[in-house]
Amino acid sequence: MKAHALARPLRARRPAGEPGAAGSTAGRRWPLRWLLGMLGLALVLALWEGAVAVLRVPLYVLPAPSVIAAQVVRDWPLLARHARPTLIEAFGGFALGNGVAIVLAALFVHWPAVQRSVFPIAIALRTVPLVAITPLLLVWLGNGYAPKIAIAALISFFPTLVNMTRGFSAVDPQTLELLHTLSASRWQVFTKVRWPSSLPYLFAALKIAATSCVLGAVIAEWIGSDRGLGYLVIAATFELRVARLWATIAVTSGIALGAFLLVVAAERVCVPWRSETGPAS
Amino acid sequence: MATPSPGADEGVPSGGVRSPLAAGEEAPLAGHGCGEPAREATAGPPAVVFDSCGMAFDGPSGPVEALREVSLTVGAGEFVSLIGPSGCGKSTLLRLAAGLLAPARGTVAVLGQPPAAARRARRLSMVFQDPALLPWRTAQANVELPLELAGRPARERRRAAAAALDLVGLAGFEDARPAQLSGGMRQRVAIARALTLEPALLLMDEPFAAVDELTRERLNLELLRIWRRTGAAVLFVTHSIEEAVFLSDRVVVLTARPGSVAAVVPIDLPRPRTPEQRRSEAAFRLAARVRLALEEASG
Repeated sequence: MKAHALARPLRARRPAGEPGAAGSTAGRRWPLRWLLGMLGLALVLALWEGAVAVLRVPLYVLPAPSVIAAQVVRDWPLLARHARPTLIEAFGGFALGNGVAIVLAALFVHWPAVQRSVFPIAIALRTVPLVAITPLLLVWLGNGYAPKIAIAALISFFPTLVNMTRGFSAVDPQTLELLHTLSASRWQVFTKVRWPSSLPYLFAALKIAATSCVLGAVIAEWIGSDRGLGYLVIAATFELRVARLWATIAVTSGIALGAFLLVVAAERVCVPWRSETGPAS
Repeated sequence: MATPSPGADEGVPSGGVRSPLAAGEEAPLAGHGCGEPAREATAGPPAVVFDSCGMAFDGPSGPVEALREVSLTVGAGEFVSLIGPSGCGKSTLLRLAAGLLAPARGTVAVLGQPPAAARRARRLSMVFQDPALLPWRTAQANVELPLELAGRPARERRRAAAAALDLVGLAGFEDARPAQLSGGMRQRVAIARALTLEPALLLMDEPFAAVDELTRERLNLELLRIWRRTGAAVLFVTHSIEEAVFLSDRVVVLTARPGSVAAVVPIDLPRPRTPEQRRSEAAFRLAARVRLALEEASG
């Protein structure tokens, strides 16, 4: 048995403070995966750059990556100024949407009646087109951060709700029976078993939410705002500043990617037993 | 792996041969008149008393009778195995004793109390076929779980968990996560977890069904050693005749569904049991008796 073989080195290594045999092998594969990811990105950018040069694509159709990069550098103060509100809205929406989703999912698991009555409303909310609801939210919530945070929250909310409802129920039935024989309270079952075993589901949802909350904030700004990256997209389009438009898109993608990577990093810290274990035997 | 040399682990017999309790429902309780120094735990009320228990579950076509008129007593500190055809309600009996289910007819008493009360008083522990360890917890933290749920202070938890891990031969593996342990080691962690509350009754539902034959034999010996040290009564469900004979004071054979007691075979092999006894004449004869009863019970 493979797991059995791992147990020996573990004992020998313990004094040296090694976390575990399987953990270190996962660590070695990490830089290689990064390298491959970077390689793919570099390849696409190189093809893009080459195609634009060879085919003489005009700037207003598609600027070369080098041109966009230069524009990002040139416009940096402007981009940074407009990135700030977008970041605030995206983060606010992320926290609000996921927070409400997690609390609701916890209620669903303990009171199925709540799930039956609230879930249809959640689905109905999901089916409302954002472009239609955003102007309404501007009317209801004013022109500040609130409507943008609401949109970002709305867009993060649903995947997390669905995932966490699954996650809180995805507990090994034998473990639940064990907790029952140990006379655990509902709260103890939740904190000691349901919450930790739902973390993989939570992070799967947070990865979706990390990118979509940025997009939600940008869409909300796009429809009605005088600042933020979404506003900058509109302004650059109207002024026919194609390079600036692309620079704004690049920064927006960069923020979404950064948020995604932060969630990935948090997962590695919070769910270490996942990366340590490898295939369960 | 820290495997104690077989044979040496069951400790010194305190009173020579442990006498099996008389078969059947009228089993004498504490101080049964054999004149032998009983273990300390043999005082007090019997570990489990099933009194004409009946049980039925809702099936796709009406209720399915799982148990009929089961009467059985497990004395304090006694080791009793349940064996029977698949689906005969062995696990149901354990769940009745754990207070996870309530009998439809008859009564169950654990240590003189209703099972749910004994469970809440943390007098009984259960070990399942699946170790059901929490994968995010280390072995130590898994073993501490019952004490944590009982609200015991951290220092007591640490000490009790370390002692329990030591008892199952896993000292030095406190910080290992379940995924880093072999199947047999995981099951030993589960047993250590069941022992931390120092239960008077240990309910074991095919605990060694998922480990290989040699590991199972080794774990059998360890279980006997632990049983001797803790003094807990054990109600042990198994599919293995040989395992039941090797471990038990009595083997209870159940009939096919609806389960009822078909036969009770007292196992008079001397204790402490050694690996040699597993393959002894006497063990074979007893196994043959259990097999015969089982074949009759299976119809």
